[in-house]
Amino acid sequence: MFTDDNRARARDIVAQYPRARSAIMPLAYLAQDQHGWLPPEAIPEIAEFCGVSAAEVQGTVSFYTMFKRRPCGRLVVSVCTNVTCLVVGGPEILEHLEVKYASDDDVTVEEVECLAACGNAPSMQVNYEFHERLTPEVAEAIVEDYKAGRLAARTVSGTPQ
Amino acid sequence: MTTANTSEPFSETRIVTRRLHERPDDSWTIDGALASGAYDSLRQVLAQGDPSAVQAEATASGLRGRGGANFSTGQKWSFLPKDTFPRYLVVNGDEGEPSTFKDRMLLERDPHQLLEGIVIASYAIQCNLAFIYVRGEFALGHDRLMRAIADARAKGFIGKDIQGSGFDLDVVVHRGAGAYICGEETALLESLEGERGMPRLKPPFPAIEGLYAKPTVVNNVETLSTLPHIVRMGGEEYAKLGMARSTGTRVCALSGHVKRPGNYEVEFGCTFRDIIFGLGGGIRDDNALKFFLPGGASFQWLVEEHLDEPYDMDHAAQKLGTSLGSGAVMVFDETTDPVRVAWRLAKFYSHESCGKCTPCREGTGWVEKILYRILHGYASPEDFEMVCDVADNISPNFMAAPFNQTTLCPLGPSVASPIASLAKYYRDEIIERIAAQQAEVPA
Repeated sequence: MFTDDNRARARDIVAQYPRARSAIMPLAYLAQDQHGWLPPEAIPEIAEFCGVSAAEVQGTVSFYTMFKRRPCGRLVVSVCTNVTCLVVGGPEILEHLEVKYASDDDVTVEEVECLAACGNAPSMQVNYEFHERLTPEVAEAIVEDYKAGRLAARTVSGTPQ
Repeated sequence: MTTANTSEPFSETRIVTRRLHERPDDSWTIDGALASGAYDSLRQVLAQGDPSAVQAEATASGLRGRGGANFSTGQKWSFLPKDTFPRYLVVNGDEGEPSTFKDRMLLERDPHQLLEGIVIASYAIQCNLAFIYVRGEFALGHDRLMRAIADARAKGFIGKDIQGSGFDLDVVVHRGAGAYICGEETALLESLEGERGMPRLKPPFPAIEGLYAKPTVVNNVETLSTLPHIVRMGGEEYAKLGMARSTGTRVCALSGHVKRPGNYEVEFGCTFRDIIFGLGGGIRDDNALKFFLPGGASFQWLVEEHLDEPYDMDHAAQKLGTSLGSGAVMVFDETTDPVRVAWRLAKFYSHESCGKCTPCREGTGWVEKILYRILHGYASPEDFEMVCDVADNISPNFMAAPFNQTTLCPLGPSVASPIASLAKYYRDEIIERIAAQQAEVPA
């Protein structure tokens, strides 16, 4: 359930739009920031704010990959393997991190499409913070820095904490 | 033919990227932006007090949309029905075309330039509410944009009675959430309305029935970022840059196997050689060029013989059978397997297909699977013809450019571009490769 602060924020977000339904995505982000993922319980509450059914909210959020409808690690590592990264080592970074963090509950490694960081490929994001010009070793060292708190992580939605 | 890896030195023409290069430490802050002329063009527009004059300058400038469709911006504005209000400006910042990274740079490093363009455009079309749809992954760009809006509001460049002109404009930022298709303007509007991001049937076009079924203009980040400069220079002066109907400059996102990848702002009319060799320094390790994608992932590839062709939107479309699209130039050297690149692009389109139209939903997956078989040695002799046939079902006469559509939007037909490119340049090579794979299969 939304905290009182977030309920107030949710009302402000809804008020920005000419139609309340437009607030489904921003409210899904708000719930995801609060819970660390988008749990099923959040759906009816978002629906109430937006004046639609829970099924409609579920229909919308299930379209978008950035809404994590299953629990994920507190660090979401998104590795690009689209064509520029493909030819300069992206898949090797993905494989290295997938193996390294296979049984680490803190870290969710995912393959993503082009992140718009091709000028310094290969690239990845950790909770939507960009990291570029990587090798498997550099990528691992960056994830370790986040794990140890040497780098400050955004939320799993990419919101500054 | 000239040899590869040679070129005269070439320099950029910096207009929309000038501030971020001149003030690398603070170009995104209100102080940094104001110190380098931000909002001067807006003041000029408001002092002149004639929205139609802004529209006339935009038309005179010849500015064409920098998102990928290359449509005339002034003309797009002119399609709005007169006297129908409210109307909306929607900014397309959902940059997701593979290897395109110019809008991200403009958002992160010069958000005030974009905001100034938004206020000018909103004034020109007389709308009082603008939405900026920012790609969900652009967390830093989003932060800086939010900060820029708050600062611009505090200085009276956004909000009520802007600079005492009586003109009101509110700006709402809406984050995407990881769907490439939302870069298509009608899918973007659906997403902004809280729906799944699936394209609409056109017509009606957004100018007639767009956001909330109201008249809507959808413009790209780079397009709007150019507007303050068109106002400052005057439309006619801007139109002197570039060549023919490709006026001005565009930010070219150069990536892949080049020595110096990055964003380069070039005047239209230079050549691909100027971009890849003059600015990008040529191919890494001085390898030979294999092929390059001249405008993002969705259009046909070019090869070495095209290096000296002009970087011109109409020339690319009419003479080269491709497009300058989103401004991305992706370069691949001789070590690259073109089937692997085509397969990865097909995987991308298959993943990003919204599923609304059958030819795209099913076809992109078929193309991905067949290319995977060819790539990994499991192909049957008929597989190359089959993948061409699937491409033809998504985009009839699939070698043709511009492509034909059996779908609502261009995502599906885009997967036909790598197939057409394979068929054009590497057909014999691929057929031999499949035959060799067959020879290895035990009897």
